[in-house]
Amino acid sequence: MSNKKPLSTLYTVAAVTASLVVLGCASIDTAQSLDAMTQQMVKDSFRDQGIAKVDRLQQDESNAACSAADVSGVALTDAKAQGIEAANLKTVQWPADGKFVGDWKEGEKIAQNGRGMTWTDKPGSANGGNCYNCHQISREEISFGTLGPSLYNYGKLRGISDPNSAEARAIFEYTWGKIWNAKAYNACSGMPRFGHAGILGEAQVRDLVGLLVDPQSPVNR
Amino acid sequence: MRQTNPAAPLAAALLLVWCASALAQKSTADGIAEYREMLQDGNPAELFEMKGEELWKQKRGPRNASLERCDLGKGPGVVKGAFVELPRYFADTNKVQDLESRLLTCMQAQQGLDAAKIAATPFGKDEQKNMEGLVAWVSSQSKGMKLALPQGHAKEKQMYEVGKRMFYLRGGPHDFACASCHGADDKRIRLQDLPNLTKAKGAAEGFGSWPAYRVSSGELWSMQRRLNDCFRQQRFPYPGYASDVTVALGVFMGVNGQGGMSTAPAIKR
Repeated sequence: MSNKKPLSTLYTVAAVTASLVVLGCASIDTAQSLDAMTQQMVKDSFRDQGIAKVDRLQQDESNAACSAADVSGVALTDAKAQGIEAANLKTVQWPADGKFVGDWKEGEKIAQNGRGMTWTDKPGSANGGNCYNCHQISREEISFGTLGPSLYNYGKLRGISDPNSAEARAIFEYTWGKIWNAKAYNACSGMPRFGHAGILGEAQVRDLVGLLVDPQSPVNR
Repeated sequence: MRQTNPAAPLAAALLLVWCASALAQKSTADGIAEYREMLQDGNPAELFEMKGEELWKQKRGPRNASLERCDLGKGPGVVKGAFVELPRYFADTNKVQDLESRLLTCMQAQQGLDAAKIAATPFGKDEQKNMEGLVAWVSSQSKGMKLALPQGHAKEKQMYEVGKRMFYLRGGPHDFACASCHGADDKRIRLQDLPNLTKAKGAAEGFGSWPAYRVSSGELWSMQRRLNDCFRQQRFPYPGYASDVTVALGVFMGVNGQGGMSTAPAIKR
């Protein structure tokens, strides 16, 4: 067995060389260089079409941080998440007249409507809320998605009996804020920021709050 | 004069009510699965496959050549098993290419057709119509085989990483990423089940079933067209046909689904 030692040495050398090669490759493709490569490919791959322009791919701080967390699999630190939530909360426009609750019947129509803002949509047309795509809302509509939580009995479960009470007002405010800018309450929420992004206007948000909180709405009956 | 039977609409309506109540006895998913099974009996994708095979062998373009010497990754002219190894790296273009990107290369190099012009042609028109047949046929030659995308080349690994970053890129007015809809198990949009493309099972089901014949539109949709409409609904700008991000997403999905079965060209609602 005189050749045993030289052979194992040879293996060791080979293994070290192999790991150096691996290390060498790894150092070429760092996370940063892959990020940069992605940015360049995104820039080269997309073009404007109709109302959908390439500037839509410019991420704000919230989206950039949440996308990076998704890629790395490492959640945001509490401090970072709170910072994002605080910044988004500042963007919420509260109803000018202090009226949070609109017409649930109109709200239902907006919740049903999934249209708007694609490259096949015309500029200036009113957008839908897409709500049923992701949420159960009324019990009558059985075609609902499950990406978001069920909102059936939303007001009832929160015990809204007197819409003029202070407790009720706090719930109205939260509901308004959540629809206006969901990332004010959950930094990496998957829900669109309907008011903040200009998808829905103030009157539409008011009607959606009505759909969710009005005791007469099918959501709560 | 055409005679109409006044009882026909009533009978149809009654049948519809009966079907609806019968369907209501089962879960929606069961009903949809049954519907898909019924559709499998006669998948019109076969018509596209036949057209595609003819196109592959037909002498066309300024060079009056067929595609029979086209290298889809397993050597010139080898079609069987090529689809389940795409996207992959090709030395002659020094690029990772999916099936459609590679077909463009062959159509230009061998037939003298204008790849850029074909890429700029709207889906379902002119040469893009021919592309539907070609992808149906090429994918059919790997039907039932396991997804086996090579990841040995550095560029293949890079494209996986780029695809992953693209998949999680939140943007547009709605902050949607691919992951918004395809990042978790057992989710739906309305009643439409959404495959989780980050896990082996969902990625194989999602990625492995395109191209597919879509009953609702009566069209054969390639993977490029599927991705294009995803981006439309995501409210993103327009992805170039066979552009790098679309190929990168193909690598990400295909590698995640590695080992799963390719069922393309499948049939969809």
